[in-house]
Amino acid sequence: MDYVSNTVTERNEMLKEIGVETVEEIFNSIPEEVKLKRELKVSGGMSELALKDYMQEISEKNSSLVHYTSFLGAGAYDHYVPGIIDHLISRQEFYTAYTPYQAELSQGTLQVIYEYQSMICELTGMGVANASLLDGGSATAEAILMAARISRNKKILLSAGLHPAYREVAHTYGVPKNLNFVQIGLEGTTTNLTELEENLDKDVAAVVVQYPNFYGSIEEMEKIKELKQQYKKVLLIVVTNPIALGLLKPPGEFGADIVTGEGQPLGNPLNYGGPYLGFLSCKDERKYIRQIPGRIAGATEDVEGNVGYVLTLQTREQHIRRDKATSNMCTNEALNAAISTIYMATMGKAGLREVAEKSFKKAHYLAEKIDELDKFNVLNMDNFFYEFKVETKLPVKKVLSDLKQEKILGGVNLSRFDEEGILLSVTEKRTKEELDRLVQLMEAM
Amino acid sequence: MAERLIIDYSSPGRKGYSLPPLEIPEVDMGDYIKESYFRDELKLPEVSEVDVVRHYTALSELNYGVDSGIYPLGSCTMKYNPKRNEDIARIEGLSQLHPYQDEEDLQGSFEFLYELKRDLAEISGMDEMTLQPASGAHGELTGLLIIREYFEDKGIEKNKVIVPDSAHGTNPASAVMAGFDIVEIESNKDGMVDIDELKEAVDDKVAALMLTNPNTLGIFEKDIKEIADIIHDAGGLLYYDGANLNAIMGYARPGDMDFDVLHLNLHKTFSTPHGGGGPGSGTVGVKEFLRPYLPRPVLKKDDKNYYWDYDRPKSIGKVHAFYGNYGVLVKAFSYIKTLGGKGLTRTTENAVLNANYMKAKLKEEFSLPYQENSLHEFVLSGVKQKEKGASTLNMAKRLLDYGQYAPTIYFPLVVKEAMMIEPTETENIDTLNRFIETLQKISEEVENNPELVKNAPHNTSVRKLDEVKAARQPDLRW
Amino acid sequence: MSTPNDLYYTENHEWISLDGEEGVVGITEHAQEELGDIVYVELPTIDEGLDQFEEFGVIESVKAVSDVFTPVSCVVTEINESLMDQPELINEDPYGDGWLIKVELKDKSELDELMDSTEYKSFLEGE
Repeated sequence: MDYVSNTVTERNEMLKEIGVETVEEIFNSIPEEVKLKRELKVSGGMSELALKDYMQEISEKNSSLVHYTSFLGAGAYDHYVPGIIDHLISRQEFYTAYTPYQAELSQGTLQVIYEYQSMICELTGMGVANASLLDGGSATAEAILMAARISRNKKILLSAGLHPAYREVAHTYGVPKNLNFVQIGLEGTTTNLTELEENLDKDVAAVVVQYPNFYGSIEEMEKIKELKQQYKKVLLIVVTNPIALGLLKPPGEFGADIVTGEGQPLGNPLNYGGPYLGFLSCKDERKYIRQIPGRIAGATEDVEGNVGYVLTLQTREQHIRRDKATSNMCTNEALNAAISTIYMATMGKAGLREVAEKSFKKAHYLAEKIDELDKFNVLNMDNFFYEFKVETKLPVKKVLSDLKQEKILGGVNLSRFDEEGILLSVTEKRTKEELDRLVQLMEAM
Repeated sequence: MAERLIIDYSSPGRKGYSLPPLEIPEVDMGDYIKESYFRDELKLPEVSEVDVVRHYTALSELNYGVDSGIYPLGSCTMKYNPKRNEDIARIEGLSQLHPYQDEEDLQGSFEFLYELKRDLAEISGMDEMTLQPASGAHGELTGLLIIREYFEDKGIEKNKVIVPDSAHGTNPASAVMAGFDIVEIESNKDGMVDIDELKEAVDDKVAALMLTNPNTLGIFEKDIKEIADIIHDAGGLLYYDGANLNAIMGYARPGDMDFDVLHLNLHKTFSTPHGGGGPGSGTVGVKEFLRPYLPRPVLKKDDKNYYWDYDRPKSIGKVHAFYGNYGVLVKAFSYIKTLGGKGLTRTTENAVLNANYMKAKLKEEFSLPYQENSLHEFVLSGVKQKEKGASTLNMAKRLLDYGQYAPTIYFPLVVKEAMMIEPTETENIDTLNRFIETLQKISEEVENNPELVKNAPHNTSVRKLDEVKAARQPDLRW
Repeated sequence: MSTPNDLYYTENHEWISLDGEEGVVGITEHAQEELGDIVYVELPTIDEGLDQFEEFGVIESVKAVSDVFTPVSCVVTEINESLMDQPELINEDPYGDGWLIKVELKDKSELDELMDSTEYKSFLEGE
């Protein structure tokens, strides 16, 4: 099956119109020396049935979350996803559309982006948001580049409480632009504020903290705000989890200049790490808006005065500004942004808060019980949201593999990030029975 | 008809969700979080499930997708997105995977990802691929960072990237993000790289030339070997922008044209849906000598198992927090396994046949600025119509009135009043004829009733939108 | 196409007028027409020193961006603040309310390198 539907007769008719005998003739503009003179060695040609069987077979070599109770988080969270989302985004008009270049035939996509921007602004407490970036990691990197352009400085203070993978992506993006990264260490599980203060000076472009941070802990945002405000040009970038903002005070109220993060928790399936979406919002000021990377939708009116939506402020973008663009962003994660929009609309004011609350409470119920165990200790018992760090004298690898025998994924082994301990995340999906069972098994170790 | 905003459906206390019960004893959150860290209000919609379903269904009805009809956007390869790929991507054993699960739980996915890498390397003539970049531009950035890292590692100072004036805007933007300065070169009268101009631009500070071949005019750069030699002789590398791979798959391979690095847009050539502007996937391929610089981690295989290799001291680092747009990769793999090598080649043939048929039918009515043979796409100019009072933009909007999507317009920049048309192979002669007839009819309208075209669109849900107002008085949220 | 007599013009379609020691700089009617509806203007800061033909700002329409260059070496003494909220003034009155910056000239002899209105008019015809 190749989805080609011209018949032999039609092909001949077309060739005649073109004025050639064979299709190969059209390819004569490719010099012989670079022509591939053999068939591609790519297996395939499967029927739909064969393909489904084959992929089903491959899937059975995986052990998916269907088989487990999962306490994995660390940037990708197993929240409940309302069933209507997949139905709605599967409507082909959303699903198979291109970037909304012709606004008049793309009002659906454009209005969804406008609603998405509005709700991201509301959640983060900021004035303006873009239409999405590629993921939380690259969005953090884009936010840092944006801050460097605004402040015209090169020094970036990165909290060690920022997700290690985000820190790595930030380096990948920042080093070619000669950014100078200084890592600010931790005190317990939150950013060491003395160290932050010592490193802050007028040459700093941005301070980057995560809220709640990689360990689930809530940074001392009030103090960070105070420190940052001593220097006029320094920007505060807050990387955040949008679910936590159902309950927590938005970063905008703590002096954030740019807020960014991973939008996956807002209704996106886990999909082994992607496609997810990066969100980015900032202050509603000219000098910020001018430097936003990626697309932005705006409301306007048509010639008859009806409300309509367009992509706007496009002179920031690569297709117009080319080498002087704010970013190379073109394709973003529009469909994932649509997922998050529908999620935020469905859960709404009460639902988002309830998800955050239930995740928080269940996580604390579990953490308290684990902390009581002899062989385990919760490092940030007094300060976390729905993710916490557990230490143990037992070999972590064995603890996790023993739990896996019992069909539990008992958290992320921090050895992956050259650190000891386990990072556990609890969402509203976990039942009391699952939490109690985990504690029981850990107690027996 | 306009659809109001979801927030306007709100009624205090209305809910559209249900969550699992708390079950556990009540926890006082104030015991753990300071009072000043709780938010006061959250102004999100308060709507029912039915409200949500109706609202977003209504919005979808204001859109146009590939399933609605022809989508001839040049350089965008809007081919049919097979439904079976969607079914495959939703198999729970493939999708319900957490990025930090143990590798032993992921051997099935690794198996197909590994084969996908191998297939893409074979199709493009490269030695190794990374699946991490999440879009075409992301792939460009990754590829250029690899080039940068390579020269740094070798202790060779390079700071320039050459980009033809017909290139996609992402090329110069990506090169600047990767820390390079841009040297733009003009195309020659046939729409190809001007060899003399290239020679002039090349020196020992040039790290790379970025090229798409066929170029954005759909024309194959026949001097590609000479171009490659010029760059390589000066110690630079050749970067291939794979947005146009649909033109040559099975007929020629960038690797055999001596390109050193490339990216492929899986959301174009390999049929995964665009979703209104993403997700995409911009996998990057390199020649052997660039392997050490690929982003971490690299998917490998030993005697028994597949695994991620993180021990990559010369790697550029990560460009994505996890492994890229995995969900897109599943669909691209399903597509490749459906077609196989022969099918992919037939795809190319028909994409080229369709484009050339349209060109033959339309070149009299419109102007054809470049006469060279073109492959999967071609560029017309609306200068004749513009003289009669209707611009390319006007004609594009008029196409919408006829329920068909418009081509890419005003790109490439080297053509005045450009209309860049790429029908793809999944359209047949009937849909092509319908589109051709519509364009001809619009050209007649320009002749007889230019005002009708100038004021288009007339039949869409909204009419011509005021972009000046949108930019002067930005209204970016409710 | 209006090209007032008392102005000096550049090939990049800027104009400068001289009133005593003070110069006023803007873009020509032709330039604003080429750009279309102007939506945004970026101007330098006051006291900024500029070399002749140095880039000093950016003018944007919905789909195009144009850098603007100073016709003479100068120091910026005033910028047209009203353009921040009403960039359309450049379209409506390019030689009047749509001026961009006021400057103090460093070297009046540089004016000799510029075109007068007759020269600019024929330059436009040739373009």
